[in-house]
Amino acid sequence: MKDQDLAPWPQAGFDRRAFLKGSSAAAAATTLATHATQAQAQAAAPEIVGRQSRLVELKVNGKTASVRVEPRSTLLDVLRYQLQLTGAKPVSIDGSSGASTVIVDGKPIAANTTLALDCVGKSIQTVESLGGEKPDAVVSAFVHADAMQCGFCTPGFVVAVRAFLDKNPGATEEQIRSGLNGNLCRCGTYANVVMAALEVVKGGSRG
Amino acid sequence: MKDFEYHPAATVDEAVSLLSAHGERARILAGGTDLLVQLREGMREADLVLDVKKISELARLDYAPATGLTLGSTTPCYQIYNDKTLTAAYSALADAAHIIGGWQIQSRASIGGNLCNSSPAADSIPALICLGAIAHIAGPDGRRQVPVSEFCTGPGKNALKRGELLVALQFPASAKHSGSHYRRFIPRNEMDIAVVGVGSWVRLNAAGDKIEEARIALGAVAPTPLLATEAAASLVGKAPTEANFTAAGELARKIAKPISDMRGPAEYRVHLVGVLVQRTLAEAVTRAKKNV
Repeated sequence: MKDQDLAPWPQAGFDRRAFLKGSSAAAAATTLATHATQAQAQAAAPEIVGRQSRLVELKVNGKTASVRVEPRSTLLDVLRYQLQLTGAKPVSIDGSSGASTVIVDGKPIAANTTLALDCVGKSIQTVESLGGEKPDAVVSAFVHADAMQCGFCTPGFVVAVRAFLDKNPGATEEQIRSGLNGNLCRCGTYANVVMAALEVVKGGSRG
Repeated sequence: MKDFEYHPAATVDEAVSLLSAHGERARILAGGTDLLVQLREGMREADLVLDVKKISELARLDYAPATGLTLGSTTPCYQIYNDKTLTAAYSALADAAHIIGGWQIQSRASIGGNLCNSSPAADSIPALICLGAIAHIAGPDGRRQVPVSEFCTGPGKNALKRGELLVALQFPASAKHSGSHYRRFIPRNEMDIAVVGVGSWVRLNAAGDKIEEARIALGAVAPTPLLATEAAASLVGKAPTEANFTAAGELARKIAKPISDMRGPAEYRVHLVGVLVQRTLAEAVTRAKKNV
């Protein structure tokens, strides 16, 4: 995995999605200016918002992002298609794969079964926050333990391991196996994921 | 997913008036782990998704050893099994909360939502029934209470009428020398839908050698979860022995009317009822003996 893939949002330099989206960035810039007044109006009169899209602020990886969401927009859609945070993956409709795992207010959740509007005011952490110049110990441990094959489920696993070890820093192998019950890997890399998690527990992986 | 309106209700009254106005076209959102999947797959449609998580009465969690537990209907699963007191007092509920989906799902999925989704295979419902839980409902005609054993009326159907919503689940105080357990059979270790699920609750005498009271509930063997009255009654006054558990299992098998589907043929499910009744009773008794 290249450093660029793990860089915290917003990414610098060339971005395929941004390029393809073309002029939509300019449209976003003009809407940014008006969002503050709209947000105030919404706070004053909590009415049924209708089906149309509207601007809201989401706190993602420590930064406040202004995004345009419809009531039906899932958190995963917004992360991937507006914020270019494509680590969390749309694998299962029902969230059973765990590939869309992000941390919201300290809890791991499936971003594809969570409405973006439901996350306003909450702290959202994605896998991208664990990368960058000095990757999180979990990311390094996944590299050391070769805990991926096709890699598609990997971001979800990395976030789930991070959330689990935040809560259980001294977890045993058995606890890791039963605790990380919300992620599936069709390649069957589970043994290496457990190895990676144990490496973090033992403090054997730092950058 | 078809588009819909979204509204976070602030009070029970506001929710009731919106639900009354929109009827079937409004859907209640708690954790969303069932609803969003159903909306996306076209199994349900909604003009209005009514978020009820901001209603404080639905988020309350009041427990006192003497009076029991009032569990707001939006309480997520993790909040139950993370609480040692609740896990000890209402073990079957904690067992169920721990196996509904993976832990990402448990961060959001609520017990109230699991009940209102009213799947015949829902994990929480046999646990709620065996613990004697009562559903508190608010609606346009005021408040009413329904025992959870009578709440479900068919697959995906329940006692809630137009304009009504589930406010809370009320549990009796956890009696001394009582214990409970919910267990399901699935062919995997995690994240699956119950082939059969059984919740058992027992109360022993002080010496621990006689069953004073019992409740057994079966899931995934009929259009609704079932209260196995005869099986539970057979245990009263008896010693908590393997033979008596097996006999109760035989009686429970009689009321099971399962379908055959990809999860297992009907005969297999009936067999599992006997096995799971026996095993859940044994564990409930073990827990009851520790609860002094």
